[in-house]
Amino acid sequence: MVATLGFHDPPVEAARAFRAAMSALARPGRIERVAGATPPAPLSPAAGVLLLTLVDADTPLHLADAADCPAVRDWLAFHTAAPLVAPAEAAFALGRWEALQPLDAYPRGLPEYPDRSATLIVELDRLTAEGAELEGPGIATRAALSLPDRAAFRANHAHFPLGLDFFFTCGDRLAALPRSTRVL
Amino acid sequence: MSEAGYNFAYLDEPTKRMIRRAILKGLAIPGYQVPFASREMPMPYGWGTGGVQVTAATLVPEDTLKVIDQGADDTTNAVSIRRFFQRVAGVATTTRTAQASVIQTRHRIPETPLAEGQILVYQVPIPEPLRFLEPSETETRKMHALEEYGLMHVRLYEDIARHGAIATAYAYPVQVEGRYVMDPSPIPKFDNPKLKSAAIQLFGAGREQRIYALPPHTRVVSLDFEDHPFDPAKADAPCALCGATGAYLDEVVVDDAGGRLFVCSDTDYCETRRAEGRVGAAAE
Repeated sequence: MVATLGFHDPPVEAARAFRAAMSALARPGRIERVAGATPPAPLSPAAGVLLLTLVDADTPLHLADAADCPAVRDWLAFHTAAPLVAPAEAAFALGRWEALQPLDAYPRGLPEYPDRSATLIVELDRLTAEGAELEGPGIATRAALSLPDRAAFRANHAHFPLGLDFFFTCGDRLAALPRSTRVL
Repeated sequence: MSEAGYNFAYLDEPTKRMIRRAILKGLAIPGYQVPFASREMPMPYGWGTGGVQVTAATLVPEDTLKVIDQGADDTTNAVSIRRFFQRVAGVATTTRTAQASVIQTRHRIPETPLAEGQILVYQVPIPEPLRFLEPSETETRKMHALEEYGLMHVRLYEDIARHGAIATAYAYPVQVEGRYVMDPSPIPKFDNPKLKSAAIQLFGAGREQRIYALPPHTRVVSLDFEDHPFDPAKADAPCALCGATGAYLDEVVVDDAGGRLFVCSDTDYCETRRAEGRVGAAAE
């Protein structure tokens, strides 16, 4: 039964989902729509699509609080086989903003390998292209995004090139904030 | 429709996921070389195995693909990569820069400015700009970590001391967002100013197993000195076929008496201009 809740045509649907995720991460503040997955509650469809597209047995995943329920665990075990771990070993983490805290629990990468860092998928109730003003790679002049916090993302950027990267999901929409973005 | 028996875009799904994760890290840390587990591809190293893997992980069925080799759409390398993706991904192909959504390139950036939403994939032979100065990967990693780029400036300075000018004409090193020094792949330095672009730029090095990236509008600065500013040199002649003066030109020997012509290296740019009725000296 769980099988029907994943991608119907994984190669093509994952390709479209990745294009949306890449466009969002390459242009912070831009909101993309994704489709193809019907994950169990409390996961949003966008978070489900991101997990199916990016996570597998090679990527340890941390589920924060409410996201860590039997339905989600079963769905992820069936579709991704990702090992579930504590924040310190996570390559990806999923949950609501408050549940994912504290951010310094996740790997930020090493000076020689800043890519060995976690990507956090943050579930939000509201996602709009307004609020905190953003500057940096991927942004022509200025962009904005309804971030759940500002100080935390400024502190994260201060570690650049180390740091965490974020995807924000709400319903079937997603946006992203890489560590390179300056939050004004 | 793509060829039966192949997964969409040739690579298997776990491989594409691994490459996609590397691309995302590359975009999050512009200019940093992300290691990835490069696969054997049905072509030899040096023919664009890195670019092909990045393109395969990026393509969607709705894409229109353009492939160029030194600016030309009709060379062996460009034709075979274009046919490869036609066959295994079933995507549309074009030679028109403006109509392409994904462009894979070997050693050129198209003359027509790229637009928001386009993706440029580079084939990279040696991704490490410091490699010829320091052969050890452990050491170059440390140099990038410590932002220790003095050696690169010494190399450019030695050029000035010896030749009176910076002699590097291609693969001219750049600094990305004031942080990582990056090899822009062996594009002529004439193309360096075009690295600041509205398109997403992805770099794949198959043999060296590295992926790096530039998000749109990323600040990219060619390394230079205050008293020897960067100079994107070009041939001092217009294109003999279309008369273009602002394009990168190839020098072509036309007979055995020393006759030569300068023609656009970007075939699509040159053909478009000629179709608009612009004529160069040799075509009159």
